[in-house]
Amino acid sequence: MNETATQEIAIEVNGQPRTVPAGLTLDTLLRHLGRDPGAPGVAVAVGDRVVHREAWPATPIEDGARVEIITAFQGG
Amino acid sequence: MAGDGKQEGRVEAEEVRGDGMPSSILHPPSSEDAWHVAGLTLRSRVLLGTSRYPSLQTLLDALDASGAELVTVSIRRVALGEADDRESLLGVLRARGLYLLPNTAGCFTAKEAVLTAQLAREALQTNLVKLEVIGDDETLHPDAVQLLKAAAELVADGFQVLAYCGDDPVTAQKLADLGCAAVMPLAAPIGSGLGLVNPYALRLIRELLPDTPLVVDAGIGTASDAARAMELGYDGVLLNTAVAGAEHPALMAAAIRHGVEAGRLAYCAGRIPRRLYARASSPEDGLIEVDRRR
Repeated sequence: MNETATQEIAIEVNGQPRTVPAGLTLDTLLRHLGRDPGAPGVAVAVGDRVVHREAWPATPIEDGARVEIITAFQGG
Repeated sequence: MAGDGKQEGRVEAEEVRGDGMPSSILHPPSSEDAWHVAGLTLRSRVLLGTSRYPSLQTLLDALDASGAELVTVSIRRVALGEADDRESLLGVLRARGLYLLPNTAGCFTAKEAVLTAQLAREALQTNLVKLEVIGDDETLHPDAVQLLKAAAELVADGFQVLAYCGDDPVTAQKLADLGCAAVMPLAAPIGSGLGLVNPYALRLIRELLPDTPLVVDAGIGTASDAARAMELGYDGVLLNTAVAGAEHPALMAAAIRHGVEAGRLAYCAGRIPRRLYARASSPEDGLIEVDRRR
């Protein structure tokens, strides 16, 4: 992590590599990805650990983070 | 006389039921015949999957026709950057007051299944999970080792685990011993529609686990399969493809509901023993006599 304010980091979201601005937290990352962090029915894991919704604003997204964003779909 | 015959039949049925089950597990249905699983009280014994219907409306019609109160959903990545109408499902199911049972379909290891269950709990605010750990791509048979490992971890983590398993009585027993809320052996491979390929094994599991909620999960092809599962004394039937893939899903859903109810009633009624030879149902006394030599 360098000093430049406009620095970007490389992360993986739902298996896809992405470049996002440094300094995001989980809730601002969701917003950055075009999703309303307040919308129900969604859960997030970072590095194979579930992050509870209340902890999203306090969870910084670091370079190399693997993020999974899921919801319920049709299933048997 | 007819009355005597009936009396005699009942005595036999009480000693050994036709399906070999001790009569002690007979429990006549109450007026509502509710059952309890994972802290829920359910009146319907049909558990329905929500996948592979031709349209959302078809799914809703099938759900209504089936009478199901507990329905399965899967946990998948959201599609980023585009509106995804698949996500509207959740709201629709909730609006109908249905209980959601998230599954871990597609998981091949305990680790994947545990994380999927934890994500489901977070997303849906439920501690119910249909635990599914697949061991083989083609048969979709469960991996017993990974399944037991995941079940132990999830029970310890406070989940109500409804465990999809093979029809091996030992695995079923172990899942029950671990504290699973329900044990759900397959009738046949998922989506195969083959019906009860090993009713003997399913019967054994019922006998071994008289107090564990048991659901036949997967392999049901049509209403009579569901009825047979219930006649074995199972508490419920979980199915998806048989309904979703039928030519008329809502009709099949209704047929399944009736099949499950019929099977349940037949189980509670206590069927007659199977006999090798015939036994006249009409009274043998008072027959007229005819000279057979002429």
